[in-house]
Amino acid sequence: MSRPHLTTLLVANRGEIACRVMRTAKALGLTTVAVHSATDRDARHSREADIRVDLGGAKAAESYLDIAKLIAAAKASGAQAIHPGYGFLSENAGFARAIEEAGLIFLGPPASAIDAMGSKSAAKALMETAGVPLVPGYHGEAQDLETFRAAAERIGYPVLLKATAGGGGKGMKVVEQESELAEALASAQREAQSSFGDSRMLVEKYVLKPRHVEIQVFADQHGNCLYLNERDCSIQRRHQKVVEEAPAPGLSPELRQAMGESAVRAAQAIGYVGAGTVEFLLDARGEFFFMEMNTRLQVEHPVTEAITGLDLVAWQIRVACGEPLPITQQQVPLNGHAIEVRLYAEDPGNDFLPATGTLQLYRESAPGAGRRVDSGVAEGDIISPFYDPMLGKLIAWGEDREQARLRLLSMLDEFAIGGLKTNIGFLRRIVAHPAFADAELDTGFIPRYQEQLLPAPTPLPAAFWEAAAQAYIQSQPAQVRRDDVHSPWSSTAGFRAGLPAQTSLHLSCNGQEQALTLSQSAAPNLRLVGEQLQVDENGLRRQHLAIRRGGSLYLHWQGELQTVNLLDPIAEADASHAHHGGLTAPMNGSIVRVLVEAGQQVEAGAQLVVLEAMKMEHSIRAPHAGVIKALYCQEGEMVSEGSALVELEQS
Amino acid sequence: MAILHTQINPRSAEFSVNSAAMLEQVQALRNLLAQVHQGGGPKAQERHTSRGKLLPRERINRLLDPGSPFLEIGQLAAYEVYGEDVPAAGVIAGIGRVEGVECMIVANDATVKGGSYYPLTVKKHLRAQAIAQQNRLPCLYLVDSGGANLPRQDEVFPDREHFGRIFFNQANMSALGIPQIAVVMGSCTAGGAYVPAMADEAIMVRQQATIFLAGPPLVKAATGEVVSAEDLGGADVHCKVSGVADHYADNDEHALAIARRCIANLNWQKLGEVQQRAPIAPLYASEDLYGVIPADAKQPFDVREVIARLVDGSVFDEFKALFGTTLVCGFAHLHGYPIAILANNGILFAEAAQKGAHFIELACQRGIPLLFLQNITGFMVGQKYEAGGIAKHGAKLVTAVACAKVPKFTVIIGGSFGAGNYGMCGRAYDPRFLWMWPNARIGVMGAEQAAGVLAQVKREQSERTGHPFSAEDEARLKQPILDQYEHQGHPYYSSARLWDDGVIDPAQTRDVLGLALSAALNAPVEQSRFGIFRM
Repeated sequence: MSRPHLTTLLVANRGEIACRVMRTAKALGLTTVAVHSATDRDARHSREADIRVDLGGAKAAESYLDIAKLIAAAKASGAQAIHPGYGFLSENAGFARAIEEAGLIFLGPPASAIDAMGSKSAAKALMETAGVPLVPGYHGEAQDLETFRAAAERIGYPVLLKATAGGGGKGMKVVEQESELAEALASAQREAQSSFGDSRMLVEKYVLKPRHVEIQVFADQHGNCLYLNERDCSIQRRHQKVVEEAPAPGLSPELRQAMGESAVRAAQAIGYVGAGTVEFLLDARGEFFFMEMNTRLQVEHPVTEAITGLDLVAWQIRVACGEPLPITQQQVPLNGHAIEVRLYAEDPGNDFLPATGTLQLYRESAPGAGRRVDSGVAEGDIISPFYDPMLGKLIAWGEDREQARLRLLSMLDEFAIGGLKTNIGFLRRIVAHPAFADAELDTGFIPRYQEQLLPAPTPLPAAFWEAAAQAYIQSQPAQVRRDDVHSPWSSTAGFRAGLPAQTSLHLSCNGQEQALTLSQSAAPNLRLVGEQLQVDENGLRRQHLAIRRGGSLYLHWQGELQTVNLLDPIAEADASHAHHGGLTAPMNGSIVRVLVEAGQQVEAGAQLVVLEAMKMEHSIRAPHAGVIKALYCQEGEMVSEGSALVELEQS
Repeated sequence: MAILHTQINPRSAEFSVNSAAMLEQVQALRNLLAQVHQGGGPKAQERHTSRGKLLPRERINRLLDPGSPFLEIGQLAAYEVYGEDVPAAGVIAGIGRVEGVECMIVANDATVKGGSYYPLTVKKHLRAQAIAQQNRLPCLYLVDSGGANLPRQDEVFPDREHFGRIFFNQANMSALGIPQIAVVMGSCTAGGAYVPAMADEAIMVRQQATIFLAGPPLVKAATGEVVSAEDLGGADVHCKVSGVADHYADNDEHALAIARRCIANLNWQKLGEVQQRAPIAPLYASEDLYGVIPADAKQPFDVREVIARLVDGSVFDEFKALFGTTLVCGFAHLHGYPIAILANNGILFAEAAQKGAHFIELACQRGIPLLFLQNITGFMVGQKYEAGGIAKHGAKLVTAVACAKVPKFTVIIGGSFGAGNYGMCGRAYDPRFLWMWPNARIGVMGAEQAAGVLAQVKREQSERTGHPFSAEDEARLKQPILDQYEHQGHPYYSSARLWDDGVIDPAQTRDVLGLALSAALNAPVEQSRFGIFRM
């Protein structure tokens, strides 16, 4: 077989993964091709590519998900291979086939392997045959107590009863011992019947304190398959990974080997080629069960790269070109420890609602040994509502876990993002949490420490406002008149004749406000030097990052970058007038359904309008009973945050 | 380029004695100003803020650009004048930057006697307007006043420079294109109603501001109609029905933000053109001025030591340095602006007066602002000097000062006596601003001289009628005159009556002058035409 000739690589993705793939491709001397939607014309991945192709359209379906456009883009740009990244079409067998049919190389597994793992139930059957452990359970039609008793006996207590048609915890019961089974089953069936109109149940082993541990596998076209150690991705929020690390703390070499070999069996069972991930649930007793296999490069692959020193994208390219894997299983390194956090544009204080807007300030942590940032944005970029709101990933490596953790914390502290909300503070609280430091990892971590990780907002202290006001006025640019360039009136020192200097500021920050009158002589202990506010107290000098961008001051305060603005009394007054019955869009998005019409009487809590943003639907509900006075939106329309959608009159 | 090198030794005993003496006076001034800034005191302030109103100084602070300087005038107005405390005469006035434009702000202090107009309140309001008109500064009136002080109506209502002049000025400034903006934040009754009504744009705060020609009690007395103040002249009436006001505000802060927008939309252009340079600090610290000025007012000092601490880089190009040496004249820059300085260095002789007149002509022809540093006991007297025509030479200087149309600034750094006051641009000669240092003294002549003259006259009278006039008699006669002159010559006495624009800390003189120069350049620098110089 002749080696395929590969000089040009198209990345059918956007954001940080597109940038990351292109980085390796460029390092290997390849020409990089980016594709972008109309919205992403100036996005960082487009800017960084050697060649860019405009796919048009704003929505993913019209751009990054349009197979025909992608193949045409590859042809037009002369690319011989396509890397799918993750998400979008990365696990779409049709895409893989279309690429093969077009005579191009897909930097992913064969279409058949994607198909094999695509169906969850078929995949489980395949895995069972291959000897990969599954969560024991009973999924049969018979619904009598005896059948369940026998099944539970076989599985071993505790077990979990689940409604076949279920979801959202309804009709779900944990049964600790046999004596509870009859009553629990009856109750769960009743609940399932009333919730879903279907009382059928299934029973599975209840995995105690489950950890999400996954194995990175890599296979070549010559039948070789390696496992590149594991990753622990237990810190999750609603099944979304938040923190990932490698290796999994406390995992014995024996267990690593057992899980690794299972994963390799799983990959080989479906004729896998390239990078893949086999996800397992690991329970408190060290038993592990297959969940699913991701047939792509994972978001969290950098932690594996950090502890092995390998470049998985480079391997993908080599394997696609027909090269054999360069090392054997015995040669797979495991060096130190790495932790990654995912940085999102979202509002942890508002149910993690995705945040959109302009990155008025975007500064990454300083580069250095053991530090890696994979990101897909730059300052001034616009985060649109059309795509996943992940901005990037911070990866810290250390000789041991604690070193990696401390390094990650300092990276988080150095990161400065302004203009929209992010989860940095939330990430920081997780990584700084004593339980995380103790590697108390399981999927219940975030719910268990909810109150500490997502503390209720408290009033900002006086010391904060004092610091914010000093940093604000000291960073206030002189207002220079062209007809009087050097005028002393441009000074912002608050000169007063015969009295201490004085300046009044009415500041707003994070929904709070404070009016302050500063007297110059009152705060010689707060001095802005460059972008550091120096605070002298009790003989100690501490520094707070303080960056000014236009009218906004970004001040780092107790692990959070606070955005400080001058209160605009005119906007405040307008807002207070506008609040009469108007219901507004909570974020940028498109209207997918309008469920009411003008003049209609609605009850409190009734769904009025459904807004789709970031692949999520958000309902606008009536805060009180009333009559719809006016509708300001229609289905399919794009609306921006804060725009009025419905006017509701109190009845 | 001539750099002034100091001859003063800051480590000398003399310097520290001087410094201590001046610092004591400066500290007394600061204490007094801090007290004045408390307005009507904590009780009245609390009553004021409990209604959701901002205190007048806070209103000004919020109106200004963040960190803007505020060059207040007449801070000591009405100090110890009325036998009752009327701090700052119940109205705060000064220049500050709003949206990058230097504006004259006049804010009633309702915590002081309800913001009512005492005679000196009127005088201060008019002085603020005069500054605005001369320097072409947009005016912002923050109105919160009960109107004229009724018991003193004869001193505030009828005369040319009484209450009515406020509206006369508004109309005429508006005619000159000087914007007049009123923010009504409290009552604004009777005559006061014309402040917003005569303004180019008026803003009212809902449920707080009222404008009417006659309040509810007067209406009831006149016609029997019973109506609430709000229904009679509140913001809802005037913004929605009558059209007396233009902008409706929810609260003080909102109203001030609207006022800022009004200024932002002025399309304001400064018209004073001078060749500006990048400012350079003087070579010597301004605080050294404390040690430069002798503690004993009778001791002379070289005024160049003062100039060296005021001007950019201490660079001073002196004119006629060897002629008429008791008046130092020369060109310099201050905060980057060119300035022509006349400073007393002793008594005025004929040569000095001629030199001064010549120098003023130079400055006017070149469009350079004039700075007068006054420390003058008067023109030289005596037969020789009268015969030498000191009167006509003095008249040349007075003519030049009077007719000079370039911006003039006067700082009284020592004595200001007799005709010296005229020749050195006293209040009557319309300097754009006039300030006094705490050590300064002002009067028709010195206390000693006045007492001496009166004693002389008395002695001659006594001796004509054959009565002896003993040394004790003389002392008894002189003491009350000495006391009176000392009391009336004090800068606080002067400032309380608005003979000046304020008593300032010598160390702040450079900054005050820089701000004043920049503000003055809002108006075009006019050509001067001089009267007949008697030759």
